[in-house]
Amino acid sequence: MLGNEAIARGAYEAGVQVSSAYPGTPSTEISEAMANYKDELYCEWAPNEKVAMEVAIGASISGVRSMASMKHVGFNVAADPMYTVAYTGVTGGLVTVVADDPGMYSSQNEQDTRQICRAANVPVLEPSDSADAKDFMKFAYEISETYDTPVVVRTTTRLAHSQCEVVLEDRIEKAVIPYEKNIAKYVAMPANSRKRHPIVVARMKKLSEDSCDFKINRVEYNDTKIGFITSGIPYYYVKEAMPSASVLKLGMVHPLPKKLILDFASKVDQLVVFEELEPVIEEQIRAWGINVIGKDIFPLVGEYSARLIHEFILKDKTTTKEPAIVPARPPILCPGCPHRSVYTVLKKLKIHAAGDIGCYTLGAVAPLNVVDTTICMGASISSLHGMEKARGKDYVKNWVAVIGDSTFMHTGINSLMNMAYNKAAGTVLILDNSITAMTGHQDNPATGKTLMQEPTNAIDIKKIVKAFGIENVFEVNSFDIVKLEELLKTETAKDEISVIICKAPCVLLKGISFPKKCIPITDKCVKCGACLQPGCPALTKNEDGTIAIDSNACNGCGLCMSLCKFNAIKEVDA
Amino acid sequence: MKTRNIMIVGVGGQGTLLTSRILGGLATSSGYEVKLSEVHGMAQRGGSVVTFVRYGDTVYEPIIEEGEADIIIAFEKLEALRYKHFLKPDGVLVINDMRIEPITVVTGLATYPKNIIENIRKEHTVYSMNAMKEAEKLGNIRVFNSIILGLAAKHMDFSKDEWIKVIKNTVPKKTIELNIKAFELGYQSEF
Repeated sequence: MLGNEAIARGAYEAGVQVSSAYPGTPSTEISEAMANYKDELYCEWAPNEKVAMEVAIGASISGVRSMASMKHVGFNVAADPMYTVAYTGVTGGLVTVVADDPGMYSSQNEQDTRQICRAANVPVLEPSDSADAKDFMKFAYEISETYDTPVVVRTTTRLAHSQCEVVLEDRIEKAVIPYEKNIAKYVAMPANSRKRHPIVVARMKKLSEDSCDFKINRVEYNDTKIGFITSGIPYYYVKEAMPSASVLKLGMVHPLPKKLILDFASKVDQLVVFEELEPVIEEQIRAWGINVIGKDIFPLVGEYSARLIHEFILKDKTTTKEPAIVPARPPILCPGCPHRSVYTVLKKLKIHAAGDIGCYTLGAVAPLNVVDTTICMGASISSLHGMEKARGKDYVKNWVAVIGDSTFMHTGINSLMNMAYNKAAGTVLILDNSITAMTGHQDNPATGKTLMQEPTNAIDIKKIVKAFGIENVFEVNSFDIVKLEELLKTETAKDEISVIICKAPCVLLKGISFPKKCIPITDKCVKCGACLQPGCPALTKNEDGTIAIDSNACNGCGLCMSLCKFNAIKEVDA
Repeated sequence: MKTRNIMIVGVGGQGTLLTSRILGGLATSSGYEVKLSEVHGMAQRGGSVVTFVRYGDTVYEPIIEEGEADIIIAFEKLEALRYKHFLKPDGVLVINDMRIEPITVVTGLATYPKNIIENIRKEHTVYSMNAMKEAEKLGNIRVFNSIILGLAAKHMDFSKDEWIKVIKNTVPKKTIELNIKAFELGYQSEF
């Protein structure tokens, strides 16, 4: 079972009734797996992580077990409710699953969720494999209800996307805890929160003491020359490299079981802390006056492996072969992707793009090189606005903001509201491909379908934009490059806000068919290379300079055909 | 049994994930401890992808490190070259003789290396065939990975019947027959 599926299974077995999430690699499959249990629980995609967190909080207050799940950067969005629900505590168990991404396989940073949880005074569990993941979820709900606290289960990409065997158990049928009005607990206003804060401090202290006896914190005594303190996937790196070393495997990484750690430290000659990313465990142990090996030798960045222990602890001299020098193969927009069409026009007009998070971030790489900036969800629109306020309306006349439909719904909508409110000028392109594509096709408020695959009202992006009082709103087919070019020229020249909604479905969408394919007419080809400019992976150059189109890869979008001035590409029935 | 390390590499969209799950399912049903590690997300968009399958009596880490792979199954030859340093000195490479140009080559930023398979053969044992061509003959190019899996299966610890059983349980119902035919083709080949 995949780590993420095991988390969902754990939530299901724990009797969770409500689950809310926003998709984000590597956390997405948790909700998709929750949907498999939809006959026995409710699960949904929320427009963003803050909303998901608050939905879970509401469900908890009403007396049922609930879950929110997200990737690490999504936890920043959800931080606001999290910091305060740590004060109010819970009624039904409340667990937030946060997936970190050491090595940044698909993220804009590699922040460490444990740091945020320390700041927020929220306990954190960290499983080491899928079997742990399921068990830890169930234990997390027990802790949540026993200690009246939200709990975070932290995973990483490697755990989320690796598989091992998991033993399934029955679902616990949890009775709803009756709701009791309790203003002093649930209304977080200064007078109440001042009383709650000491409760939070006392709870974390008690958890630190009690967790010395938690089964998930496990000591394995072997050779005591070296003792490792570790957690999560790195536990298995330790076992792989030094199966005979003594290990303290921490299942709870915040708060730390101080007594247990002090005891372990006293029994081993050399203490080593082996943790990916930040020295969260190490620094606390150092603060207790104990000497440890940690980030003085192990890296602060990237994903770990057993090799680090071989290299820095065992000092193995075995050298591995150098990798061959080969052309890079970065991810690219698919053949027939509507984003490529839009970017081709932007590139032609030499327009800069303030980008956002999604497949369309790939517009930053060669050969398109159109996207100038990518910071976080929603930042395209607000940063364009910042540029205009800093440098004036003319400055943004060769700029646009580029954002997808799901990202617009996530937080871009607030940024556009800000532009409308603060009398901005600037052109915003909403690339509406009717899906949350990058994470593997999840529905969103604009797609007309829920996570549980029920039809629902598809929120009309054009109507929202109009409701903000923005007059210049246009819808255009992403592949109509003539009309799009015309619109871009007129709209970017204005001293007003313009929103162009570029519509065409993602080519990977289920049920979508491709009636046409493009084929080259080689004797008409003048080898100009214009068709190759957008970087479609279906097109390659023959040795004589003419072009070839891979008919297996081509989705017949016709972009190359519209770029060819010599009619050397034609469409045929697929 | 000492842990066996199998890597499956290719280009996003080629089916490395499904293939690793077929292998993982087989090793599990044969009673081994199995750990599988996959790549999701951005890399699936035509990027270089790698999945790890480890099985044995006890398996700790879910990843395979450089110099540790017993077998590398490459669905594309440039990807074989990219990951060949993961192979043990006595490891085996099974390569689909297929060229997919990365965007860096298409746009002229890099050149696609020549004689990849011949050059790897100088250092390692290589089994290779053009599975796309064979799959086309069978009538569906999508089954090319079953051909390559058949070619690789001879170097693993499971009987042909066990392989066929797991393929039946994993691939879409409509394609069972064709996938088994493709697997047989790879299994019987002498390359």
